Amino acid sequence: MNAVNASGWRPQMGEAGEGGAFKTASGDYGLMLEEALSFELGSSAKCGVDLDTLARPAAAGLSKFLRKAAPALPGLTEPEAVRHYTRLSRQNYAIDLGPFPLGSCTMKHNPRLNEKMARLPGFADVHPLQPQKTVEGALEVIEQLADWLITLTGMASVAMSPKAGAHGELCGLLCIRAALDARGEKRDVVLVPESAHGTNPATAAFAGFKVQSIPATPEGRVDVEALKAKLGPNVAGVMITNPNTCGLFEPEMKAIGDAVHAAGGYVYCDGANFNAIVGKVRPGDLGVDAMHINLHKTFSTPHGGGGPGAGPVVLSEALAPFAPLPFVSRGDDGRIHLVEEENRGEGHDQAFGRMVAFHGQMGMFTRALTYILSHGADGLRQVAEDAVLNANYVLRSCEDLLPAPFAKSGPCMHEALFSDAGLAEGFSTLDIAKGLIDEGFHPMTVYFPLVVKGAMLVEPTETESKAGLDRFIASLRSLAQRAKDGDQSLHSAPHFAPRRRLDETLAARKPVLVWQGTPGEPGTPALSEFGGS
Amino acid sequence: MRYLPLTPADRAEMLGVIGAASVDDLFVDVPAEARLSGPIEGLPAHASEMAVERHMSALAAKNLSAGTAPFFIGAGAYRHHVPASVDHLIQRGEFLTAYTPYQPEIAQGTLQVLFEFQTQVARLFGTDIANASMYDGSTACWEAILMASRVTRKVRAVLSSGLHPHYAEVVRTMAKFTEDEIVSLKPELVAEADDAAVIAAIDDKTSCVVVQYPDVMGRIPDLAAIAEAAHAKGALLIAVVTEPVALGMIEAPGNLGADIVVGEGQSLGVGLQFGGPYLGLFGCREKFVRQMPGRLCGQTVDAEGKRGFVLTLSTREQHIRREKATSNICTNSGLCALAFSIHLTLLGGEGLAQLAAVNHDKAQTLIERLAKVPGVTVLNQAYFNEATVVLPRDAREVVRDLADRKVLGGVSLGRLFPEDSDLHRGLLVAATETVTDEDIETFARELEGVLA
Repeated sequence: MNAVNASGWRPQMGEAGEGGAFKTASGDYGLMLEEALSFELGSSAKCGVDLDTLARPAAAGLSKFLRKAAPALPGLTEPEAVRHYTRLSRQNYAIDLGPFPLGSCTMKHNPRLNEKMARLPGFADVHPLQPQKTVEGALEVIEQLADWLITLTGMASVAMSPKAGAHGELCGLLCIRAALDARGEKRDVVLVPESAHGTNPATAAFAGFKVQSIPATPEGRVDVEALKAKLGPNVAGVMITNPNTCGLFEPEMKAIGDAVHAAGGYVYCDGANFNAIVGKVRPGDLGVDAMHINLHKTFSTPHGGGGPGAGPVVLSEALAPFAPLPFVSRGDDGRIHLVEEENRGEGHDQAFGRMVAFHGQMGMFTRALTYILSHGADGLRQVAEDAVLNANYVLRSCEDLLPAPFAKSGPCMHEALFSDAGLAEGFSTLDIAKGLIDEGFHPMTVYFPLVVKGAMLVEPTETESKAGLDRFIASLRSLAQRAKDGDQSLHSAPHFAPRRRLDETLAARKPVLVWQGTPGEPGTPALSEFGGS
Repeated sequence: MRYLPLTPADRAEMLGVIGAASVDDLFVDVPAEARLSGPIEGLPAHASEMAVERHMSALAAKNLSAGTAPFFIGAGAYRHHVPASVDHLIQRGEFLTAYTPYQPEIAQGTLQVLFEFQTQVARLFGTDIANASMYDGSTACWEAILMASRVTRKVRAVLSSGLHPHYAEVVRTMAKFTEDEIVSLKPELVAEADDAAVIAAIDDKTSCVVVQYPDVMGRIPDLAAIAEAAHAKGALLIAVVTEPVALGMIEAPGNLGADIVVGEGQSLGVGLQFGGPYLGLFGCREKFVRQMPGRLCGQTVDAEGKRGFVLTLSTREQHIRREKATSNICTNSGLCALAFSIHLTLLGGEGLAQLAAVNHDKAQTLIERLAKVPGVTVLNQAYFNEATVVLPRDAREVVRDLADRKVLGGVSLGRLFPEDSDLHRGLLVAATETVTDEDIETFARELEGVLA
């Protein structure tokens, strides 16, 4: 899915059109409902909020700044708005509808208790700049979650404020930069395996490092000898994903860490896949100096259609003093204190600075803590075991039909990796992925990791039942067989989704990023008239 | 355990299919000496929904929530009434539990919302285009500075002293690790924004000037004058809006010459949430589109010619470009963008203008009343829903004393600017539509008591 125009469809390929003969007058088909843009539906005369109308005129000082006209935004009354968004929601696939086996993304069930707790007024209706004594419960949530994260990972401390996984990566690398600066060393190279998430090299570059790539072995692991050969006085550290993006644990992690430390560098671990090992092994025991934890992956906070995430970073003793503000710690008096610019002298004066306004993703902290308390230490261990069990079940149930390039070297962790080698001429991963949509499933991660041709990375997670997995496996096997048999109908899949394949090339060539028109009037171009090029 | 569907019988049967004797056989790659033999000691075991709810509710009860006290805090996060339908709609599982819309055929709901959101933000900001959101206002601000460097090929950014100090600190922190030079101006307790100082600081090497509008003390800078001065030196104007409701009343920054407008969208739909998750807004001129950070949703057609939406221009992004990406950002703030978009759709442009008028009205009532408190003077010439008052003593103590009286009476400038002692008598107070006349009277009376 990481390719531009992943669908491969072009306007000149013509309409895929089978089954489109019957046309309704409305354009809807039963419960398959089309929905216009809010800009086409609303008008400036409508409002879904009742507001006081007795406001006096603006103060004299403000008069020269006043807006000439209200923003050209349409309003909708509440019934219209509820219908608009409800109809739109039905055009989305979601975990609540079925398996969402996106490898490396960890789409697990989002417990609703988490949502309920995050909405308690004591958490949801609290301002980040209230006096500390009025928010002690909120600080305790941060402290309790921090305590769990530190204990589960075997690390020394945690920086809670990063807003997402990639932001956490940045936090970890900036801690490394700060630690090197404190040592008076200028090391400017970060080693990144070629199987890494794209965020790793992007983050290293963003933090001002040069990126050098480390090859993978034929078994899908980091080439440790190649890595060691690159170590030297210019290497600030390595970024290793463990379990890696091939769904495999890096058994040499400790040896890698020892070698990196011996060469004066630091080990960053991409913790995107921590859900596979939580409660089974502590990264701190493997020589890791910094690791972000995607609360939206391992600890079930909702993905929300692309965020918000949360990416706290656990840190070793060596990096802890440099963690950014704000920093939460328990003082000698037993009380929880927030260290920010005002009081950084109280034991955290080497902080490298601040990465965000306020304290980070508090709403995600309450959800993650709720999830962690629900599972407890025993349940979290079971989470990892069931996630790994489910992935291996998929791997062994499909490997006779879909090549699994690393399956011979042993079990996988939480995700099963297949390739599209062996399909009929002209068939690829994309056909399987789009075919899964017609089968009622969200596709797996496709064409990632880059080290495997036509990669299909399936991460079922622990919240799929065996019966659910069996249905998914049956569909995946059926599609693999059809692609081996050269079933041409796969090329035009999906046939039964709200949209057929979309022209991504057109979208990129002539970007239309905002609606152009007058609110309340038919769209330009109108829904029915909109044509290709 | 209620979130784990596998039964012991399922597990046994699946291990049989896999050909493993036990689940531990699946963890053989983890070195034996590092493998934990059981649950980590000292941590509690799993708990019922009821038990967890009790624990979390007890923590929540330790906080003084905004709705239970006269509340006048702003400084970059504002308490507004969020219509009930907003929170109901964002909890629909199809929105809440969807992923980034990488498979557009089954993600048109999220994608169309993002297209509508981008249009709303662009129209609110007066910019040509907007992206699908960033983490928050502070990170959007830094990304805007980086983008200005890419556009102008210059690396000197001038920060107005009216920029929220957390935002400025984020910028200074990140700039330590890049080539960018950051010029920070010194804040002063004066009635007008620092337009003249900003203009004087622009030189030929300047890539951008960053001006908050209204600024952190509630003052309103003259963006048009700053834009003219910036453009004359080949620099861009980045306007930062931490209170988007203000744009229902005061002119959109894009209409005053700002080249990039970023902001914090928390005011609409999102709520206070002790600081996050929030919503970074990012709009700019169309000609900069390929230098923009963050996700973009674009319109296209499907194989049957129907209008549809996809994520587009992803060749800027990390998953394609890796170390050459415009940003390392991988997520946006999708669910917060949805909440913002629903709230703004319920309001409409006219509703937003009315909401802004009510906010300004409340703020006038507040400021006029506080001006009558002995020893208190009003700093601002102009303000929207937030202004600075000057007290006879350090406002930090006063804020704490007010909290003891169950009044959340604003933010002391001493907390925001600990190193600028000249500012420490300043108190930043905000009033939104949620404030009642009784709240204002209580605040004023308690302030009189504290200062007496």
